[in-house]
Amino acid sequence: MPVPEVADSFSGSVTKITLGAAKAGGGTRTSTITVGGSRNVVYGGAPDNAGERPVIAMDVLDICPDDWPDALVEPYKDVLGNPVAWAKKCVNEFGADLICIKFDGIHPDKGDKDAEQAVKVTQDVLKAVGVPLVLWGSGNADKDNQVMPKVSQAAKGENCLVGTVTQDNYKALTAIALADGHCLITHAPLDINIAKQINILVSDMGFPLEKIVTFQATGALGYGMEYAYSIQERQRLAALGGDKMMAMPVICDVGYEAWRAKEAKLVDAPAGWGTVQDRGPMWEATTAICLLQAGANIIRMRHPTAVAAVKNFIQQIWQ
Amino acid sequence: MILIGERINGMFTDVKQAIADKNKKVIQDLAQRQTQAGATYLDVNVGTAAADQEGTIQWLVETLLNSAPLNKKTDEEILYKYMEMAEKAGPKANLIALAMDKNGVPQDTDTRVAIAAEILQKALERGFETQRLFIDPIVLPVKVPNAQTQPAIILAAMDQIRLLADPPPHMTVGLSNLSQGAAERSLINRVFLAMAMSHGLDSAIADVFDENLMNAVATCDMLMNRQIYSDSFLKVYATANKK
Repeated sequence: MPVPEVADSFSGSVTKITLGAAKAGGGTRTSTITVGGSRNVVYGGAPDNAGERPVIAMDVLDICPDDWPDALVEPYKDVLGNPVAWAKKCVNEFGADLICIKFDGIHPDKGDKDAEQAVKVTQDVLKAVGVPLVLWGSGNADKDNQVMPKVSQAAKGENCLVGTVTQDNYKALTAIALADGHCLITHAPLDINIAKQINILVSDMGFPLEKIVTFQATGALGYGMEYAYSIQERQRLAALGGDKMMAMPVICDVGYEAWRAKEAKLVDAPAGWGTVQDRGPMWEATTAICLLQAGANIIRMRHPTAVAAVKNFIQQIWQ
Repeated sequence: MILIGERINGMFTDVKQAIADKNKKVIQDLAQRQTQAGATYLDVNVGTAAADQEGTIQWLVETLLNSAPLNKKTDEEILYKYMEMAEKAGPKANLIALAMDKNGVPQDTDTRVAIAAEILQKALERGFETQRLFIDPIVLPVKVPNAQTQPAIILAAMDQIRLLADPPPHMTVGLSNLSQGAAERSLINRVFLAMAMSHGLDSAIADVFDENLMNAVATCDMLMNRQIYSDSFLKVYATANKK
């Protein structure tokens, strides 16, 4: 059967956004990353309209995680609790395009670290690696409002991607990200109407639309992935239809979500499930690859085997 | 929704005066304000403002310079000429075609559809993409004797016209004409606009300064799932969709 030629053309496109600032741009990054720019659905139409290839941001935590399964601890066992060595390992050994510092440690329930510690981690990682950074808060609104503005200031001029801001808590971080020249992640709880609203709210504060990346929340394989998938798909179609409030590139948090899945980490599983060493990375890679097909631009990931599989996939598709 | 700003028309006294005084500022100001209010195109119409129609339209277009002309003509001989002009003006130039002929404005559904079919047929023969055509089924003032049957007839015509070609042509109306001389003009305009949008209307020559009308457009687009709902959907409509 002949493959039909898909020749739809659209009036809009996904915004192109560059992360990281090299010396010429007032920062210290040795590389920058550009995502977005698609003028068609994923894999639809001419290669010229495909936009920039998606990238992987590897997670580095500001504290030593105490709840990671063994299969995930294994590749990092010599660097957990040492964000500098951890970030270097991700960049030098695993080929991370970006490093995402996840400030779990500032959360009141997970260590309640202060801003001083978070600022130090940020500065140390900035010195240790040359890739652009994603700076991601703990999810506790009060603590994030105390700490993340200081983290933002510590990385001023580096054009990091900071977040996340929500409909109920966006003012403090939006203002400081604007002042410090960063890009911003707007966060909605798997709700496309709120996703649009939060973009309107931050743009009302004068934050430029072309410096926003959206996070729709992520569901892993078996845990609501189809919701994230369909929302991202709808976001892409809105962007192509010319809706400027939905035209931003998309970030997904696959690493955290995939490794929360019982199937990814269950040790004494039925024989047919395969070994736990393989299962987790496969769960993570499968989730990532599915969401790439819905139009994700930046994927947060954890296990190096999964990262390698997804990089290989991207390499083959975006030749 | 593709909105065409109606205000640069010699029927309005301020425009008529500006034409008489050769006052460019008034025209340019109207152009700018209508664009900001959400107009994609501007209707430029001498109306009854000057005896020298040709010279005046030239002056108006020169005054506006970067406006994209939508050329409105009815006579079938002239249709070819205008298609040619639209082709010359580049791939973004579209054409408004009125569903009327030498016998005037049709009073029924079938004649409107037949004229639209003829226009589409001629466009297809000449390789003029149907998506560059804006078919105007012609709205008459509802207050004119016996014209109250027309709105329903126009909606029925639009249902059929959009099935005539794939992709279908755009459909537009000169909306304000509907309420000419009537009370509650703004209300009449926006209610009919909402009705027509549900029958495939995707453009209108309208008063883009009418905030209630613009809110009705935004709400229709949202209800028809062409715009993603957000709590600020009214506020962002014009800005979110600027090309």
